[in-house]
Order: sequence, then C-alpha cells, then structure tokens
Amino acid sequence: MTKTPHISVQHLNVHIANQHILNDININIPDKKVTSIIGPSGCGKTTLLKSFNRLLDDTPGVKITGKVLVDNEDIYDPAAEVTHIRKKMGLLSQRPYPLPMSIYDNVAYGPRIHGTRKKNELDELVEQQLKAAGLWNEVKDRLNTSATRLSIGQQQRLCLARGLAVGPEIILGDESTSALDPVSTAIIEDLFINLKEKYTIVLVTHILRQARRVSDYIIFVYMGKIIEFGPTEEVLLNPKEELTKEYVKGFIS
Amino acid sequence: MKRRKSEELFFRSLMVLATIIVAGSFFLIAGTIVYKGLPYMNLDMLTKTPGGGFYIGKEGGVLNAIVGSIYVAGGATILGLLISVPVAIFINMYMNGKRFLSNVLRMAYDVLFGIPSIVYGAFGFLIMVYFGLRASLLGGIIAVTLLVIPILVRTLDEVIRTVPAELGDAALFLGATRWEMAKVILRQIRPGIFTAILLSFGRAIGDVASVLFTAGFSDNIPTSLHEPAATLPLAIFFQLGSAVDEVQGRGYASALILTIIVLVITVLAQVLTKKFSKHKI
Repeated sequence: MTKTPHISVQHLNVHIANQHILNDININIPDKKVTSIIGPSGCGKTTLLKSFNRLLDDTPGVKITGKVLVDNEDIYDPAAEVTHIRKKMGLLSQRPYPLPMSIYDNVAYGPRIHGTRKKNELDELVEQQLKAAGLWNEVKDRLNTSATRLSIGQQQRLCLARGLAVGPEIILGDESTSALDPVSTAIIEDLFINLKEKYTIVLVTHILRQARRVSDYIIFVYMGKIIEFGPTEEVLLNPKEELTKEYVKGFIS
Repeated sequence: MKRRKSEELFFRSLMVLATIIVAGSFFLIAGTIVYKGLPYMNLDMLTKTPGGGFYIGKEGGVLNAIVGSIYVAGGATILGLLISVPVAIFINMYMNGKRFLSNVLRMAYDVLFGIPSIVYGAFGFLIMVYFGLRASLLGGIIAVTLLVIPILVRTLDEVIRTVPAELGDAALFLGATRWEMAKVILRQIRPGIFTAILLSFGRAIGDVASVLFTAGFSDNIPTSLHEPAATLPLAIFFQLGSAVDEVQGRGYASALILTIIVLVITVLAQVLTKKFSKHKI
C-alpha cells in the first residue's frame, strides 16, 4: 500500500512469564506516516510498541521470537547493537520524565552521549530541537533552570525535543498525551502531524478521536493479535472485521 | 459513639506520652553532657594532646582523639562509598531478571547490618594479624569500613529503588549504555547519597568496639596510616573509667565534642542535600 515499510514485523511472538502477550504479529509500518495502535486495555498494544525498540529486553521472564526489521536490519539479531537501534527511535512515554538536569542539558544529553561535544554545535542543536518541539519561545531565557520547573505539558515537549536531538528516524508515542491537559494535548497532536514530514511516527492511544485526528493508518490489536490494519478512515468508519466494528462502535456512535 | 471517642483519646494520649519520653530522654542526655562537660570544656581540649600527671591526662586536650576519630570515620566512609555505590548500582541496574540472586544479596547485607560491631572489630583484628599489622589507623579504618558498608549499601539501595524506572528508561531510549543510565540515576539520588554518608559517618565516629583492637590508642596524633590512633569514644571510655573527678569531667567534655561533631555533620549533610536537590524530579 506504500513504498518501502520503515518497520517490518515478521512472526513476532512475545511471552512474558508464560503468558502469550503477542501472538504471531505481522505488520509493515509505512514510512513517514502516522500509524496509531488502538485496542482495549491489556491487549498488548504497548508491548507491541516496545518491541520496536528492544524495550522489552529488561522485562523479567520475557521470551521473544520472530523478527523486527528496521531499515531491513533485524533488531533482535544477537549481533545488533542496542544503543544503535534506540538512537534511531525517540520514545515519548505516558508521563514526561525529564532527566535531573537543566533544560539545556536535557536536550543536549543524547547528542553528548553519542559524541557531540562542541559547545556551538550543541547550542545550535538545542535551539533547533526546542523550536521543533514548539518550546523555544517559552524557555529561551531560562535554559539553565531545572527542567522540573516546567509545567507537565512543557515537560512533555521537552522530552520530545530531547528525543529529536538524538536524530531519530522514528518517533514512538506511548499514550503520550494521557497525562496532559487539553491545550497541551492539542499542541502535541499538532506536533505529530507536522513531524511526519520527516519522521515515521507510531502512536499507542486509547482515544479513538485522537487516532482519527492525527493518524494516517490504524492498527487494531485485540488479545495479542492484530485484527485489522488499514487507512484511518477505513478502519474507523468502515471496519471489515466484526471485532473492530464492536470496538469502534463502543466509543464512536 | 462514646466508645470510639474514648478509644481515640486513649491512643492519642499513648502517642503523646511516647513522644514526650523520646524528646525527654534526648534533652536529658544532651543536658547531662552539657552540664557535666561544659565546666571542663576549654580551648585546650580542642587544640592540645593529653598532658599532665594522670593517665590520659588532666591537662591538655583530646585533639589526638578528635583527629583520630575524624580520620577513622572519614576514611571508612570514603572507602565504604567506593565499595557500596558500585554494589548498589550493580544490584539495581545490572541484575534485572535475576531477582533471586539480588534478593539473596540484599538478605546478606541485612544480616551484615545486624552483626554487632565487636565482631567486625574481631574480624578486622584477624585480618591484621594475618598481614602482620599492628593496631594502627589503617586497621581501624578497615574494620570500620566493614562496619559501614552494609549501612551504605542498604541506604543507597532503598534510595535507588525510589527512583521511577521510567527515568532510567528515558536515558536508555536515548541510546545510553547501562553505565550512562546509572550516572543519570546517581544524579537523581545525590541527596540520598548525602543521607547515606551522614548515617555511615555517624555510626563510624560513635563506634567503640570495632576500633578497640584495631586502631589502638595513642596520645599522639597519627602521622601515618601505620601508627596507632586514638578515637573519641575510646577516649571517653577511658576518661569516664578514671577515679579522678577531673579526668571524669573531661570525659563528659569529650562526649560533648563528639556530639557537636555529629551535629555539624548532620547540618552539613542537610545543607548539601538541599543544594543538590535542585534538579531532582
């Protein structure tokens, strides 16, 4: 349906503590689009998102089989380097967790650990990414104050800027607006829509209206299986599967 | 209704009583030390080593013990930190998924925590005998280090466990290695590290049993690690054991000095904790 997929999941199975969380997942995430993963609580949508970034590695009792190809490289290949994979993806979690440092250092953290040391390069990068996250005007006069002084909505945008500063190709959002007020939510949603020009974006959301507003494609997950995948309008307005219909109807009348 | 009210009154009185007992005993102890020690307190106590006729002196001061105690407690705390911080990080950040092993380690440290300090002293003494060392500053530092490591590890472990897992994850998502993540966590727990230092130093400077065989006692300020060193608790023990009133009084003055040192360290730790909480989430 599109050109080359950015993330290609093949026969992915995830067991956690003998529970089958994800069951034979096969999906191609389109390049430079917003794809939303929807589904009821506990269906495995967050686990699916985390599997794209090797974030499940540290979960106790986890067993993962199958392949996840990012740019045609299997990230579960034992030879793959995990820091390299994660550099390609930024993750925006449910609640913002700024690092215990200043605003400036938060954004500069990623570039620094990946080897950028020059002050003027970092200055430029920090400004550029804070602008991309729509935060620059609010914080440009207090870059050296603690990141924890920001409001929670600002913190979430700071976390976005921090993720972008690493130079990722993919942005993963795990219910990134669930802790935010409506105004901040709208700002983040707009950012996602603008950012898809440059990035492939995958979001987990339980708000169907949000999925409809921001995404181009929708994946419906139920009980660890992908039930339906397609363009947003098709899945939400004309679902093919009975389960999708029931789920969508429960929320959108 | 009446029963509930009297129950409330009863337990409330119990709590007030308990609080009074705790606060009262604190003031009683502090008061005794000040009352008995202050008359013997003078500048010489702080600036001179013992002198005069009687055993451990009725003139001069306890500078040898002050310096010895600070050397022992400070050295043990620094040495203890160098060992405990890596252990706490390792248990919490590198042993994920090996819950059994990390729990066994935690239990081991709990047991070590409960071991009386005389056992550490005896153990330290055995090590010294093995290496052919005499009672010395080094021996004292080693024995006290063994004593404070469980305190440091357990405190740091508790503090690290209060850090939300997501904070470490946030660093990992940016492509940080485990060690780089650990550094972020260490920044977050910096205030907690000061609490750990405070607890460790307080225990180290007040302990007498662990230094009894290992550090020895001397009227002189140690000039090298291999010389025996006096410590304040031991000095107090000797002074209070004296039959001479004057020397006994000086024992209380020494206790006052020890209490003030601990007080200063406590205040210092709190100031530093506040200073380093700036960026804490």
